[in-house]
Amino acid sequence: MSHRFPWHLVFFLAPALIIYGVFSAYPLVDTLRLSFFVESVTGERRFSGLTNFYTLLGESTWSNAFWNALWNNIRFFLIHMLVQNPIALLLAALLSLKGLKGARTYRTLIFLPTLLSVVIIGFIWQLILSPLWGVSEGLLAMLGLDFLFDAWLGNESSALTTLALISVWQFVGIPMMLIYASLLSIPDDIIEAATVDGASPWRIFWRIKLPLVLPTLGLVTILTFVGNFNAFELIYAVKGALAGPNYSTDILGTFFYRTFFGYQSQIGSATLGATVATLMFLVILLGVMAYFFAIQRRLTRYQM
Amino acid sequence: MTFSLPRLLALGLTASLGSTALAQSLTIESWRVDDRALWESALIPAFNRSHPDIEIRFRPTSPTEYDSSINARLQAGTAGDLITCRPFDVSLNLHQQGHLASLDSLDGLANYQDFAKRAWSTDDGQTTFCMPMASVIHGFLYNKEIFAELGLTPPHSREQFFQVLDTIKNNSRVTPLALGSNDQWEANQIVFTNIGANYWQGEQGRQALLNGEARFTDDAFVAVWAEMARWGDYMGRGYQSQTYGDSQNLFALGRAAIYPTGSWDIAYFNDQADFEFGAFRPPVEQPSDQCYISDHTDIGIGINAHSPNQEAARTFLNWVAGSEFAELFTNRVTGFFSLSSHEVDVTDPVAAEMIGWRNDCESTIRLNAQVMNRGTPNMEQELWVVSSQVLNGTISAEAAAARIQQGFAQWYEPQSD
Repeated sequence: MSHRFPWHLVFFLAPALIIYGVFSAYPLVDTLRLSFFVESVTGERRFSGLTNFYTLLGESTWSNAFWNALWNNIRFFLIHMLVQNPIALLLAALLSLKGLKGARTYRTLIFLPTLLSVVIIGFIWQLILSPLWGVSEGLLAMLGLDFLFDAWLGNESSALTTLALISVWQFVGIPMMLIYASLLSIPDDIIEAATVDGASPWRIFWRIKLPLVLPTLGLVTILTFVGNFNAFELIYAVKGALAGPNYSTDILGTFFYRTFFGYQSQIGSATLGATVATLMFLVILLGVMAYFFAIQRRLTRYQM
Repeated sequence: MTFSLPRLLALGLTASLGSTALAQSLTIESWRVDDRALWESALIPAFNRSHPDIEIRFRPTSPTEYDSSINARLQAGTAGDLITCRPFDVSLNLHQQGHLASLDSLDGLANYQDFAKRAWSTDDGQTTFCMPMASVIHGFLYNKEIFAELGLTPPHSREQFFQVLDTIKNNSRVTPLALGSNDQWEANQIVFTNIGANYWQGEQGRQALLNGEARFTDDAFVAVWAEMARWGDYMGRGYQSQTYGDSQNLFALGRAAIYPTGSWDIAYFNDQADFEFGAFRPPVEQPSDQCYISDHTDIGIGINAHSPNQEAARTFLNWVAGSEFAELFTNRVTGFFSLSSHEVDVTDPVAAEMIGWRNDCESTIRLNAQVMNRGTPNMEQELWVVSSQVLNGTISAEAAAARIQQGFAQWYEPQSD
């Protein structure tokens, strides 16, 4: 029996490995490496250890902006968790009800915004919410809702929440579909047995369906977390890279953009930008690890 | 759906594969997307009449992306031969990195006065690295029909200015001021440095800040923000989320009477507005006071030091310094005024009115354009942020001044006590 080197494995793995390596792993590693360098006025780079990290976390002009962006990002994520995912669960539960008329139409309509470009979404909502061209004060007054007329995207107190809700509106379809698929995979005989035992639909949902889709909710949480901490386009499309008013909509993505590319007369720094990117990577890594250790391991999976 | 480094790198790769250079063919990098048609239909053909052997391509990038993209492409060696230059530090920085060639031996430079060259020279004034192209003048446009209907005349003093605003607010349905604070830059570039020059007496106040004799917390600067705090009452409802484009539309549709702006907007309204409009300059305290205007050196053009077509590029710049370019640029790019010493007759009435202010008033550039934007925190951004907050009424004039001064003193030696 001869042990030949399994060349076919290399052959089949190579395309994926090469593409992943060149476009994902290498840039990531190089970003981490770049964060340990500083750049002189003439563009030469030299190794400087943790200088960039001290600058970013130690100097108040940088650290205030960083913590502000991180905190805004956490709020952005929490709004998604509190609004997007419960609504997605509710919609999925309703859609999976037996005998619901037009379920397919609803499903398509709710999923549709996800397919649109974020820039278009930003533009449409900016127009709808525009005090000048959007839903007018008169129309709201007719409905008795004139207290709702405000520059929602322009006020420091409401801009971030408004943007988060726009993002929820757009992306609610994705968790809905995931949960819906998972609800459909619950075998009918379990539900029927529960019905025969006299359980109400309410009780069936809380005691049978929900525990069975919990692993999917965990997946949705992780997807939301990673997506939100990499978010950028919506804020950039609606508020620009300066993320006004007064940086109240600045999240890590926009903060990274300004640091890396510069903005107007602020000159970009590739090395400091790489440091921000590294910190973003660490935040996401820590978040995902915390989730796996604290929650994922304890989830019970049922054999169905 | 996500924004990631790998994707950016992939984008950069495709961008860098897209440019190749032919001998005697020049590519102009610019942020003036609006001027593309003009370059292609008027300026380049005019140049080719005298220099048929040099082919020119105009390749603009959108203004907010220009600085970062040109920086990246110069570093990667993929930028065009001619670089449109922002004034002062952004271009100075490119020169120091060796990306913008020195133009000192170029004959055309003799056609410019020192004030025009200052925006694109080293701090000691010895080396110039961009050919000055044009400046913009800040002021106010007004709808002549609305003014006539309400029996108003353009104001000279601040008191008259607020009387005019009150009359429009109380006696008509139009918005007095077409201005929003969503995009933030207007709050600084077309409000603070526009009306402010009269408060800090133009160059005098700007130099005093630079040499450490004045502070942003002095009355001359705080008073500007104090006036801006009063403007909120005259801006449209929900102006906090009104963009620059919204303001342009509001004025172009005749739904606002006064539009604080710069001369670059004249061309847009010549095109879009079907009413007659005029311009008035920033109001002064007493009608007899000396007036100051923000006459900002805005556009220059330099040579990519690594371009293989140095000779052709220098030939082109010498043409830019000539009278033909001055005439064409001033009158075809309405609202941008040539900086060379050639006499040019401005044909557009509003542009002519604005350039005429140079005869009565003293010119100054935007307050923070020189040196002050060099540090961290970046003063340009800080001024956008605090000035728009003052317009929003969320911070006081004093707090705005304190924040700017504190950031300035943090890195600028003459300002730290």
